Amino acid sequence: MPAAATQQGYETIGVETVDRICTITMNRPDVYNALNDKLTFELQDALKNAARDKAVSVVVLTGAGKAFCSGQDLGDLKAKYVPGYVPHLGPDLHKRYNPIVKRIRMMDKPVIAAVNGVAAGAGLSFALACDMRIASDQASFIEVFINVGLIPDSGSTWTLPRLVGLAKAMELCLTGDKVDAEEALRLGLVNRVVPADDLLAETGKVAKRLASLPARGLALTKRLLNQSYDNTLEQQLEAEAFAQETAGLTEDHYEGVVAFIEKRKPVFKGK
Amino acid sequence: MTSHLTSQTAAIETKPMADEQLILAETDGPVGIVRLNRPKVLNALNPTLMTQLAEQMEAFDRDEKIFVIVLTGNERAWAAGADIGDMAERSMLEMYTRDQFATWDRIRRVKKPIVAAVSGFALGGGCELMMICDIVIASETARIGQPEINIGVMPGAGGTQRLTRAVGKATAMDVILTGRFLSAAEALDAGLVSRVVPKEHYFTEAVRIAHEMAAKGPIALRLAKESVLKAFETTLSEGLEYERKLFYMLFATEDQKEGMRAFVEKRPPKFKGK
Repeated sequence: MPAAATQQGYETIGVETVDRICTITMNRPDVYNALNDKLTFELQDALKNAARDKAVSVVVLTGAGKAFCSGQDLGDLKAKYVPGYVPHLGPDLHKRYNPIVKRIRMMDKPVIAAVNGVAAGAGLSFALACDMRIASDQASFIEVFINVGLIPDSGSTWTLPRLVGLAKAMELCLTGDKVDAEEALRLGLVNRVVPADDLLAETGKVAKRLASLPARGLALTKRLLNQSYDNTLEQQLEAEAFAQETAGLTEDHYEGVVAFIEKRKPVFKGK
Repeated sequence: MTSHLTSQTAAIETKPMADEQLILAETDGPVGIVRLNRPKVLNALNPTLMTQLAEQMEAFDRDEKIFVIVLTGNERAWAAGADIGDMAERSMLEMYTRDQFATWDRIRRVKKPIVAAVSGFALGGGCELMMICDIVIASETARIGQPEINIGVMPGAGGTQRLTRAVGKATAMDVILTGRFLSAAEALDAGLVSRVVPKEHYFTEAVRIAHEMAAKGPIALRLAKESVLKAFETTLSEGLEYERKLFYMLFATEDQKEGMRAFVEKRPPKFKGK
């Protein structure tokens, strides 16, 4: 019996936890899941809860309908952008967007983006902040910011060069060119591409696999890899020694070794 | 009025309720471990706690079997500040006569090295208590600051003096006048903490370092601590003279003979604290 729990009370996202996998669905399909104030705050909240919830091992982020997420809701801005309007986007990032990116990166659990369609602007940035990206063959990726005179925010200028290298990142950000799923795979922007109809099932398989693995080991590995580009080898070796000391003390490590010796399948408990 | 207040305060400070253990102490070989124990209020430092803390630190300082002291809180908070509720409605005269920071001077007079194991919030009085310690091992989750400015006051237990000496005017002013918190990484860069380690290890690492130090000559440890602290109190030339005298003083100890002989004989030394 899968334990399912649907979180109520959200208007712009859906949250459902089944078998330790929490799926957060951005749910404004009529506007390609564009990010209005409400959606960004609800997403922050859902990520915070998923991070804390002991019944959740893996988080999946996806979009309802045809799009993953088209970024900031420009329609939302129609009323504001009249002559004389002075936007202050810095505080907006601090309040709405940056907490989402930080929560995805800092969470001690793997976060998988199931990119079902277009991922543009901050929507792309959210996908890039995730630990893995599985894309539908209908997905596309656009650093769309330059078309409205802005810079790629929500971590894109940090995550994108780490994923595809500086040269390609520069090209994608400066031109705002669209990347289709096949090219995204070739660039290393996504981990795999699957037929659109199979996306949630395939993502589910990966999520299920991760949920069955030692949770502390996953968390420590995520933490180390997230640090690696900022550390020297010396610092990273030190960080690994600390993390391995922690991992070595887990019950799951002991179980893994004993199961190997006894030639049986390990049963991990996340402890 | 004043005398009444003073005696009442004195009663609180000298007779902490027996069932209220606001600090916990244990020993691990030559290392004395003191833990702040008001987890429900993020280890807010009230006068009773500070008195118990001073007494315990002095007890370890007197204890011949203890060479190094580790002071810690819990994972969520080292100490998130003073007990604001306790101070909110007090008058200037009450604060002045109560002189709650006098207890703090007892902790700063402890001669043995103190290693702070800091995780989570180290704010206000918490930051000030951390700065009295000699080596600070911080968890990467540590958040350090002097946010007194947010509630209409300023640091009162050494914040403006020790923070400025530790990190310089620019950062001290930034932290004290805006009330912003430093991350562990920022605090390390600024020279406010000694080392930053993953959250799982801040305590074990502090204890490990304490043991490492406890294996060295205890008299040399104490005098070296005294000499470093002197650097903040005096001119360079006087400090150099002071250091030199302490250095010569160590030649009157058996530990110096043992340490240097062991080095020459290429064997590990056995210090006795004599």
